[in-house]
Amino acid sequence: MRLMAEAIFSSLRRKSDPLPGFRLALFSTLLWIGLIVVLPITALVVRPWQEGLGAMTAALHDGRMFAALEVSFLTAFLAALINVPIGLLLTWTLVRVKLPGRRIVDALIDLPFAIPTAVTGITLATLYGPQGWLGKPLAHLGITVAYSTAGIVVALIFVGLPFIVRSVEPVLRDLPPELEEAAGLLGATSWQTVRRVVLPTMLPATVTGFGLAFARGIGEYGSVIFIAGNQPFRTEIAPLLVVVRLQEFDYAGATSIAFVLLAASSLCLAGVALLRRRVARGLITGID
Amino acid sequence: MSALTRWSLVGATWLIILIVLILPPLLVLSEALRDGLLTALQTLADPDALSAIQLTVEMTILSVAINTVFGVLAAWTISKYRFPFRGVLVALIEIPISVSPVVAGLVWLLLFGSQGWWGAALDRYNIHIAFASPGILLATLFVTFPYVARTVLPLMEQQGRDAEDAAMLLGASFWQILWRVTLPDARWALLSGVLLTTARAMGEFGAVSVVSGHIPGMTETMPLHIETLYNGYQSVAAFTMAALLALMAMLTVGFRAMFENRARRMAKAGGMEA
Repeated sequence: MRLMAEAIFSSLRRKSDPLPGFRLALFSTLLWIGLIVVLPITALVVRPWQEGLGAMTAALHDGRMFAALEVSFLTAFLAALINVPIGLLLTWTLVRVKLPGRRIVDALIDLPFAIPTAVTGITLATLYGPQGWLGKPLAHLGITVAYSTAGIVVALIFVGLPFIVRSVEPVLRDLPPELEEAAGLLGATSWQTVRRVVLPTMLPATVTGFGLAFARGIGEYGSVIFIAGNQPFRTEIAPLLVVVRLQEFDYAGATSIAFVLLAASSLCLAGVALLRRRVARGLITGID
Repeated sequence: MSALTRWSLVGATWLIILIVLILPPLLVLSEALRDGLLTALQTLADPDALSAIQLTVEMTILSVAINTVFGVLAAWTISKYRFPFRGVLVALIEIPISVSPVVAGLVWLLLFGSQGWWGAALDRYNIHIAFASPGILLATLFVTFPYVARTVLPLMEQQGRDAEDAAMLLGASFWQILWRVTLPDARWALLSGVLLTTARAMGEFGAVSVVSGHIPGMTETMPLHIETLYNGYQSVAAFTMAALLALMAMLTVGFRAMFENRARRMAKAGGMEA
């Protein structure tokens, strides 16, 4: 950090740039980023060490924390995985079939981005609840969604769907339909065309969408807590446990969970960024 | 591909869309209007509801204004000047996107909470940040931090610096260049970023929930008030507030899609002229 500041300010002194306003613009940028992002994130990184080794080992022996992290990671993974076929199907019909009402569908895909998470939360909890439009018929079939792990997955599917569709869509649009037709003319069945031509091309974009949906799912709070049931060790997600620990004034406990969440989603997004860069450089083409 | 497979795929798509994307908004409306439109509207006249709406509007305007001004300055700095570690600044700007909303609230408690670094000291001077509106503003600022900078930055990079250099040689000052040369060209991207920030600011739940303290009529924004009403079994009131908030957010996002189409068309037309 200090090295960076020194380098930036030495370039300030050199005054290499004739365009006016450099000092003012750079100063306000650094101030803004420093106050709103660097300062709070520093607190999150430094705080666990401040509490001392005792607090940290206590956190590491917290079974409830590991259970919550397991619930969060597992449900986020499952939801992102289920979203892959759903998202690919939606994208394919959106791009390839002249679907009746295509413009409406296109707008609807972004709905989960637009609707505030608290609204999503109470809506899904009611929809899949014991008396809900979907919950009631499902209950007759013996399937419980609300207040169980399945409920968490359902909420995360809703939240994550646009990530897959919007990642894959541009790639599929760029893939000429002639390629699929050519495969057909060469005698490939439609299943072979999909498996050998379409899917491999879309693989990097699909992985990107999966990564984004997974990262979002790990930290998701508002849309999940109403439908989750929130029982410790069973349906308690990690972000909720952060809130619980804060209400108990256990800052060390809250911070250690927050730290894991932050590290996990950052790693995930870094992986996605790396993948994108490799695809952009042509290192991964998808078609072998 | 046979017509049968084709139409079964289309059917499956519509089924998924119906269950996942159409039923939820319908349910919000149906729950809100269960006792009629009048009852629904009356729940919005409740003092706590009005105070929640007011707080949300205030926090949204403030955070959008602050993040727009600094977001534009940051995008300008990073795209128009050459200095070391520009990539690091871009990476720092993007951090809040990957942070869980709950963590985005927690970090402010670590600074300003009762057990935070400066919370107790500030309390002595009667300055309250956590569990008060400054805390809500900080959490909202953090969550909506990247959007303006991120939408404007690629466009400013693409602009290059020729127009700015020309304006400089003609004697324009910093503000004149930014206001008269760079921004007019970037206005659609800027508008798109501002609308995205607005939609995210008014809907933020997790981060605000952690720092607000949930005091009805005082520190409850619309999303928090929805939670309070829902947990208090006031279903009609909860879903009415939810419908209002969702409508506000969807209109904002809808405007954005409209302007983005327009910007894309303009870019295309400009490309053809060139």
